[in-house]
Amino acid sequence: MYKMLLCVRYLRTRYIALASIISVTLGVATMIVVNSVMCGFQHEMHKRLHGILSDLVVEAHSMEGIQDPESLVEEIRDEIGDDLVGMTATVHIPAMLSFKVRGQWMTKQVNLIGIDEKSYANVSEFGKYLLHPENRKQLSFDLHERGYDPRLREAGWAYRRMKVAQERYYEEQMRKLEAASEGESAHETVATATTDVDSRDDSPFNFEIGQDPFLEADAENDARTFDAMTQQHVGIVLGIATSNIRHRASDGEIVDLFLCKPGDDVKVTFPTAGTPPQAVSANFTVCDFYESKMSEYDSTFAFIPIGQLQYLRGMIDPQTGVGAVSSIQIKLKEGADLNAARDRLRERFPAEVFPYRVQTWKDMQGPLLAAVQMETTILNILLFLIIAVAGFGILATFFMIVVEKTRDIGILKSLGATSRGVMSIFLGYGLSLGFVGSGVGMVLGLLFVVNINRIADVLETITGREVFDPTIYYFQEIPTIIQAHTVAWIVAGAMLIAVMASVLPALRAARMHPVEALRYE
Amino acid sequence: MSKVTTVRPQASERDASPHAEPLRGPHFRIDAAQDPPKSAPAARLMEARDVRKSYRKGSVLVPVLQGVNATAGDGEFMAIVGKSGSGKSTLLHLLATLDAPDGGEIHFQDRRIDNLPATQRDALRNCEMGVVFQFYHLLPELTTLENTILPAMIGCSVTQFWGKRRALRRKALDLLEQVGLSHRLKHRPSELSGGEMQRVAIARALLNEPKILLADEPTGNLDRQTGVQIMDLLRSLNRNQKLTIVMVTHDSAIAKQADRVVQLVEGHVSHA
Repeated sequence: MYKMLLCVRYLRTRYIALASIISVTLGVATMIVVNSVMCGFQHEMHKRLHGILSDLVVEAHSMEGIQDPESLVEEIRDEIGDDLVGMTATVHIPAMLSFKVRGQWMTKQVNLIGIDEKSYANVSEFGKYLLHPENRKQLSFDLHERGYDPRLREAGWAYRRMKVAQERYYEEQMRKLEAASEGESAHETVATATTDVDSRDDSPFNFEIGQDPFLEADAENDARTFDAMTQQHVGIVLGIATSNIRHRASDGEIVDLFLCKPGDDVKVTFPTAGTPPQAVSANFTVCDFYESKMSEYDSTFAFIPIGQLQYLRGMIDPQTGVGAVSSIQIKLKEGADLNAARDRLRERFPAEVFPYRVQTWKDMQGPLLAAVQMETTILNILLFLIIAVAGFGILATFFMIVVEKTRDIGILKSLGATSRGVMSIFLGYGLSLGFVGSGVGMVLGLLFVVNINRIADVLETITGREVFDPTIYYFQEIPTIIQAHTVAWIVAGAMLIAVMASVLPALRAARMHPVEALRYE
Repeated sequence: MSKVTTVRPQASERDASPHAEPLRGPHFRIDAAQDPPKSAPAARLMEARDVRKSYRKGSVLVPVLQGVNATAGDGEFMAIVGKSGSGKSTLLHLLATLDAPDGGEIHFQDRRIDNLPATQRDALRNCEMGVVFQFYHLLPELTTLENTILPAMIGCSVTQFWGKRRALRRKALDLLEQVGLSHRLKHRPSELSGGEMQRVAIARALLNEPKILLADEPTGNLDRQTGVQIMDLLRSLNRNQKLTIVMVTHDSAIAKQADRVVQLVEGHVSHA
């Protein structure tokens, strides 16, 4: 009983000891902040990585793809049917995306993904990252009239009609101009290597490359079958960063400049199936953007309907009419063991025998996730070392307090306190200091985490430097997640260190000879 | 009123200390059995038998007690007097089992206590003995009341203490009233005068109802008048509650108030 009483009294009267645990407090607070932010980052990253990848992916090695997806789907269903939520097939191939910006063609390298618009959103979070609210509910490759993101006020059918009208007016003027200059002799047309397979693909844009009046005239003839005013090509969903430029205006605002918008037509060039692959081009109409805020995804992904891609690439078996797919995306129930499911599928489809392999989304992003995990671990080790250093501060302070309290120890012993009792006073004191220190640290850390974005704002105004640059991180604010068990571990670890630091001084106090202690001045 | 103790020379071959023999004279034994019949019924409560103790100062071994024999009877008020350095405080520490003798035995209630395991000695100090020091030795962080209750807190586990806390508090209040401090319950030692602190120390020593009170210069740090008050308190405790008191003092005037005086001279008991 006296132990508790004295612990409490020492705690309330020895401010020097409280000072010694400030480092513990700061260490605990820092660890909580760092862990919460790292966890938030990791979570955001997982969410974004996972956003496009389904839980399990069965991926073909070759660009030809899996020839007989339906039977494979059936077998997968048999194998892991209990955990299964949905499956969808995709085709993905490298491709070139070209679009016209102020009369010049811009070309970008993209990953072209053929998806099933009905089922793809069921197996991944893909739908959430689309900019049109209707598409978020159910993806459609049809252009919407309007109602895209606030940044895309001028997009959709209205924009397309206006743009086409302008182009036609411009062509009209050009033609008049040329007729007036009495027409030089027409050049021979150098045919472009464009191999259009799309039956509906007769956009006037195809022929602008040559800048040839006759071609333009042809285009006008073809345009009778395809009216850009009222018709669209097959829809394509582009990663937002494939066609936008993000920069900072002079007032510090982040500005997105869209080089092409929903309603514009783009040209995509990709290899056919078969060896050697031939390049095929087709026109698509941008119908939405995909913004996961993972710059890697946003700058390389383009989605088109899987049937169209299979058809264009010649992946459809003419006899059966079944299209080959390059991967099957599988979504499992919440909480299902991904690795176990993967291993079961691997057992069923050994990679040595089958021309495809089974991976979880984590396997596919393994190096990145491992790097982040590694960072977190190393940060934690370093920060914990800081708390351990604080432990030595406690050790020194405790020795001082034991010396200061020598006479009290003698008194307690003369009143019949056992050595163990005296020792437990100081151990208890260490524990309560650790408790107070890490408790205050916990509160500070949690307050910091909760208000981290406000703190970042204040720091920004003071230093004039942005803590988190949205042009780099795509985060409007710093993501944080407070994990109760992490906080508990940190606090327990700090308390353990405080107790361990008080062991030596406590032993010294316990070993004191009562008479010598009483004589101590 | 003091009373001369009977002493008789002791055979020097019992002295095991190598340098004690050539340096010192014959040893003495105080024998309560040979007291005049007036105090004879007092049974032995605490006894020191041929107790030796030396301290090491650097490389030199300084002998402090060189075969001291003394007996305190039940209900007796005994004073041990001696000059500074005569070993009287050391003897008291040995009697209180705060220190272990180099040779000889300490007996308490017909039981040898100097060789008991540490925890039993701690329990003995806590329950059977009360100790009062010259410098009061109160804990500065605790109030008067808490300092008084402290021995009970040490002796009991948390649950025991919780169960008895009201009774203990009442007892501590009674004791503090007895020593005239019921108006100073919430004060810290730093807010008390020397006499008050010593009275708190006495109340603390009495809380666990000890058989014996060991007092080390209880008036040594007090002015004359306060010293007299403390002595009156001790006397009344001895008379009214038949509390055995062994008091160490260098002041023969104070010692005179005891039933019996034992004089220590250079580590030996001598005639008063």
